[in-house]
Amino acid sequence: MTIRQLSVFLENKTGHLNDILSVLAHNKINIVALTVADSSDYGILRAIVSNPEKALEVLRAEQFMVRVHDILSLEMDAAPGSMSKILNLFTAADICIEYVYAFSFGSKSILILRTDNLDKSIDIIKANHLKSITEKDLIYQRNLSEL
Amino acid sequence: MIWNKEIECMNSTDMRALQSERLKKLVNHVYENVTFYHKRMDKMGVKPADIQSIEDIVKLPFTYKTDLRDNYPFDLFAAPMKEIVRVHASSGTTGKPTTVGYTKTDIDNWREVVARCLSMTGIGADDIMQISYGYGLFTGGLGVHYGAETVGCSVIPISGGNTRRQLQLMSDFGSTVLACTPSYALHLADALTENGYSLDDMKLKIGVFGAEPWTENMRLELEKKWGINAFDIYGLSEIMGPGVANDCIYHAGLHIHEDHFYPEIVHPDTKQSLPDGEEGELVFTTLTKEGIPLLRYNTRDLSTLTRKKCACGRTLVRMKKITGRSDDMLIIRGVNLFPSQIEHVLLELGETSAHYMLYVDRENNLDTLELKVELDETKLTDTIRELQSLARKIEHALNSAIGLSVKVTLVEPKTIARSEGKAVRVVDRRKTN
Repeated sequence: MTIRQLSVFLENKTGHLNDILSVLAHNKINIVALTVADSSDYGILRAIVSNPEKALEVLRAEQFMVRVHDILSLEMDAAPGSMSKILNLFTAADICIEYVYAFSFGSKSILILRTDNLDKSIDIIKANHLKSITEKDLIYQRNLSEL
Repeated sequence: MIWNKEIECMNSTDMRALQSERLKKLVNHVYENVTFYHKRMDKMGVKPADIQSIEDIVKLPFTYKTDLRDNYPFDLFAAPMKEIVRVHASSGTTGKPTTVGYTKTDIDNWREVVARCLSMTGIGADDIMQISYGYGLFTGGLGVHYGAETVGCSVIPISGGNTRRQLQLMSDFGSTVLACTPSYALHLADALTENGYSLDDMKLKIGVFGAEPWTENMRLELEKKWGINAFDIYGLSEIMGPGVANDCIYHAGLHIHEDHFYPEIVHPDTKQSLPDGEEGELVFTTLTKEGIPLLRYNTRDLSTLTRKKCACGRTLVRMKKITGRSDDMLIIRGVNLFPSQIEHVLLELGETSAHYMLYVDRENNLDTLELKVELDETKLTDTIRELQSLARKIEHALNSAIGLSVKVTLVEPKTIARSEGKAVRVVDRRKTN
């Protein structure tokens, strides 16, 4: 139901995002999904990667400020209106969405979301039998062989 | 332990008698041997005979930093060069350097006062002392060094810089005492983890920090980070170097070795003497100095004095810990601001590291303040909103503490330059615009 997401603090400097990416590349860590939230002075890079423990260790060694957070991950139907349908359930329960991003992995459509109430969100997911995604579902190798 | 009980616990009548006798001798000597003082006293209409006791000190002229520069290099020396055994000098970043000279007696007195300071903190012959103050023209390294040898410490004269080596020797040699600037002590503490050390590798018990103004909160922070008892050693090269005053285990102000350095507090603007308990500029007269004796030297450090007996048994006059100088005071939109006030607020909030840099600028004839402060990893969240509310929280705390609006920018760790000597905390761009 939850997977681990890396959050990296990034000052707005030219080439800084690429500094992080090259550390990950050098250590053969695959990026499954990535998004950057930005303000005028800094941003937060959020990424789902193939090996969160190793990514944390190598980024810290390179003096990046990084943490790992648990984040909700759901599978959506690949059909119009499926994301709206899911989000409606949260709105009806008065849960606020802090941020959301979506991506495809193989044949799956995946929704990542952070709400202001994790426990209540999990109750909703269970009650409505929403399909959740685990880290196992996102293993790169298996995906490669399917291609 | 009290190194010199006779002096450090002397009653006030005997102390004043000793000071009076020394002052009379000093004034006679500088009037006869230093042209600068001879002229200045004549101009004020003061003769050595007018000085009969320590109370008469207020009749004497003040000495300022500019007087040392104007008499560069040796014109204020009161002893011939063949009696001078050591010369120290300031870095001269703001102009010509200032030079000070020591006779053999001066070096012995310096050794004695530093030994008293170190004994106040509980340091003794069993200690291994890592001296990470700079050695050389700066008085910090050599000044503490001689005193540490006098109390019998095993001294590691590593000098400043080279953080990795500092930590390696601290661990390998089992240093029990660290002597350096408080900002460097903080830097070393923060560098432990990344260099592969933890506090368990260290045997440090005591820190003797000084040479720059620092707050009580910073002292507590250093105690927490290192698991030590942290002390403040005060001094300045013009008067002697480190060892003019030090706090004891009660941390209730710094005991001044007033048999050698007579303190006064004066009003920053009028230069009138202020009574005990009132804050003003700290002024010292070097009662025993031979190389470069100074009358009423204005340190520009802000402090107060108290003469109450300390719980440790010493009767020496105590000065409040220095957290600011009248000349590093910034005037922002007419409001007086000391960098130490910022440090105090940050450490009290405890939401960020204590590494910060304050940028002062002028936009459309209005002074602006921007504070860059390093984010603490435990406070990193995955939403911008929470980081912004952290910045707002710091801005709000600063605004209520100093009455000025400050823009707070969070920056990555280790991006604010670390000093290995005296910390630079302010960049004032108004002067260059």
